[in-house]
Amino acid sequence: MNAYDDLQSLAERMDALPIDIAPRKLSRRRFMQLTGVVGGGLMLGFTLKGREAEAASSFEPNAFIRIDADGILIHAKNPEVGQGVKTSLPMIVAEELDAAWDDVTVAQSPVDEEAFGFQMAGGSMSVPMNWDVLRQSGAAARAMLVGAAAGELGVAASELSTRDSKVIHEASGRSLHYTELADAAAALPVPEADSLRLKGTDEYRLLGRRITGVDNEALVRGEALFGIDQTLPGMKFATYSKCPAVGGTVVSANIDAVKALPGVVDAFAIDGNEAVGLLPGVAIVADSTWAAIRARRELKVEWDESGAASDSWSAVSAKAEELRSKPGATRPVDDGDADAALEAADKRLSAYYTYHFASHAQLEPQNCTAWRHDGIMELWAPTQLPGRGRQAVADLLGLERAQVTVNQLRGGGGFGRRLHNDFMVEVAAIANRLDVPVKLQWTREDDMSHDTFRAGGFHQVDAGLDAEGRITAWRDRFITFSRDGQRPVSGGSLRPGVFPAGVLENCRYEQTALEWKTPCGPWRAPGSNVFGFVEQSFIHELAVAADRDHLEVLLEMFGEPRWLAEGNPRALHTGRAAGVVKLAAEKAGWGREMPQGRALGLAFYFSHAGHIAEVADVSVNANRQITVHRVTAAADVGPIINLSGAENQVQGSIVDGLSTMLGQSVTFEKGRVEQSNFDAYPMLRMANSPAVDVHFIESDYPPTGLGEPALPPLAPAVCNAIFTATGHRIRTMPIAKEGYSIA
Amino acid sequence: MLSLKINGEERKVDDTDPSTPLLWVLRDELGLVGAKFGCGIARCGACTVLLDGAPVRSCSVPVAAAAEGEVTTIEGLADESDELTPVQQAWVDLDVAQCGYCQAGQIMAATALLARDPDPDDAAIDQAMAGNLCRCGTYTRIREAVKVAAGRAWEARKASPARDGGDPA
Repeated sequence: MNAYDDLQSLAERMDALPIDIAPRKLSRRRFMQLTGVVGGGLMLGFTLKGREAEAASSFEPNAFIRIDADGILIHAKNPEVGQGVKTSLPMIVAEELDAAWDDVTVAQSPVDEEAFGFQMAGGSMSVPMNWDVLRQSGAAARAMLVGAAAGELGVAASELSTRDSKVIHEASGRSLHYTELADAAAALPVPEADSLRLKGTDEYRLLGRRITGVDNEALVRGEALFGIDQTLPGMKFATYSKCPAVGGTVVSANIDAVKALPGVVDAFAIDGNEAVGLLPGVAIVADSTWAAIRARRELKVEWDESGAASDSWSAVSAKAEELRSKPGATRPVDDGDADAALEAADKRLSAYYTYHFASHAQLEPQNCTAWRHDGIMELWAPTQLPGRGRQAVADLLGLERAQVTVNQLRGGGGFGRRLHNDFMVEVAAIANRLDVPVKLQWTREDDMSHDTFRAGGFHQVDAGLDAEGRITAWRDRFITFSRDGQRPVSGGSLRPGVFPAGVLENCRYEQTALEWKTPCGPWRAPGSNVFGFVEQSFIHELAVAADRDHLEVLLEMFGEPRWLAEGNPRALHTGRAAGVVKLAAEKAGWGREMPQGRALGLAFYFSHAGHIAEVADVSVNANRQITVHRVTAAADVGPIINLSGAENQVQGSIVDGLSTMLGQSVTFEKGRVEQSNFDAYPMLRMANSPAVDVHFIESDYPPTGLGEPALPPLAPAVCNAIFTATGHRIRTMPIAKEGYSIA
Repeated sequence: MLSLKINGEERKVDDTDPSTPLLWVLRDELGLVGAKFGCGIARCGACTVLLDGAPVRSCSVPVAAAAEGEVTTIEGLADESDELTPVQQAWVDLDVAQCGYCQAGQIMAATALLARDPDPDDAAIDQAMAGNLCRCGTYTRIREAVKVAAGRAWEARKASPARDGGDPA
């Protein structure tokens, strides 16, 4: 298995989480089996026992907490790439610990999956995957502190309560701060997880509040936080040039001429290693980033492209056009008899939806710093998946895992791109030839030409209505891509559990994968970010064809409140779905009179176990210029951890969704990406950014993640509004392809 | 050797290539990493610093050109007492950032705006911030933070008229 397939496999398992777990209740063990795909069961290695104590005279009941005379430290275990987990995960610990948030110092944890469990920023999994473990960690420490206080005060533990980092004996008015109890608590046994009492949501003092991010003050002062900010004494700076068509190999290069350029320290070709995701290329090492970039302009490489990608967007578009009238190769869903139901329908609708490839375009271009020293390779990496990067580097260099140290640094955006650790293996290959630390810096052009792209796709959808305007048949003939001719790329798989499968009696998904060599990977809400557009737009088309209210049709589809996979708390619950749809509609004033050329559009999508509905208020002028005045979102992701962060994620997902649907497309010819920078890949600017209202239904289910699920409903909500305002149905993304722009 | 005036200090620069972008001199040579590399073609604004008080894209300003003026980076905003400026404080209080990578550039653009227009309306804010992309989509909060900072700056000025040369009213 090579690195791309490996990533794809991880992505597939994350995509499948909401639906593969049925029918039995999700046990933590089963959950970890499904998610702990890295390093064979390391996730199970988490224990409420601590790591080796880092300092004498400190209380470290587990890997997450250290209390000593100086204060309370909580480790943030997962990488931070913008979803606020460096704040929200420690908040969960602090809540059960009953620590005052102002007393808490948060530190990014080391990469150590034996101590911390699986470490990843991805799949909107940080909160749901760690919810129990973090609560137990806090509660275990609290219990030990109470036990220590009981001894110190000579009273029964049952007479004690905790609040604001103190154990309090109300009867006597005495209290002890946690920092005073560290030594005594450290001497007590760690309680069994089963013996711990966890708080009910009504007891929360910290969770659900607005808490500003723990790095914010350092951020606004411009302090070094990100991967790109890493500096080490004697550090050199590198660029790495790869073949513009993925898979091309180096035949020759003017290495000697490049080495003679000012500021250049070294230059050399590097062989590829497909198993770890290292592409062949030429490294230039220099005294500064600019010296390396400047020298690179003189670099001339002859590439052998015989085994390289020759992908062409126009060719696959033509192929899909051919295939859409033919049955698909496989049927991931085949409920009832969709063909017969289509034949029997009172009214039948047919539509062809398409969308382009997209780039992650995280604002911090890939970079990584590495230093071979003392028999180890040490890396400073802005990665979403540090454990896997560590293994890849070990495999590349023939080192033991223990000989590779990874420091996880803040990433300037991830969106799924940093799940693929190509920048880590590249810098390791470079640093392995040097005696000094080196920082590898990709340019934006490197980043856009060597992304793990969100795949484009094509859907021939057909549906039938009965005489009452109810949907009786649904068939989605999906044409997607595969790198190995078998497994679809990330996000390229319709499957059971993808709405509306599960609510319609006759529903078929067909799938055909076209050959494609350029790497594709998870892009915020993989699959969902495009399936939502197709399905929620087409449902609106059906409502219009039936001359029925869109809201009414959606609610009818949900039907009675129930889990679509019985006993699975990560499945779609039709009652929760109806709840958010009704709330978004109510808050947006659904059904009200709108001025000429302006309308509301509605969409719902379920992904990453989150139920989200959005209503977009959109104007369109005669030149197809749109204004998105406001988006009203309603979300049910269970209890909210950090209200500020949660709202920020929904607001940001909506802006991201709008930015992407408007004008972002990546096209390919001869295996080469035709866009190279933001001049050809436009991003939404402030003036065009809508007002966003966010409403949460804090249901009493375990919390689920919010990094992704608010994105998929946006595009169909906007397109449905455009249809209502103008009568023009948009069936392609980005909508700039149909002449739309934002005013 | 070039001499730059950065954040009120003279800084010597060894790089002899006068066409080197200011951004890389700040980051690699002077250890001022607040300004960020995003696109290299002045399209994203992550590298925004102030040159004689005006926002510029340091990825596209040759260091020789910067040597003719006074450069302010985000590291130079908070005063010597280490207190955050109203703009920085608003960014913290409103929890503006997601990934945070663009925010130094946003803060510099907002700082320049408020220096010349202490009470900007939405259109003025949108215009002043148009060169700064936020991939995470924090625009709503940025706009709000600029307004909060404007209010604070106003209050601060009223409270200590001497410092800023008189009552703004």
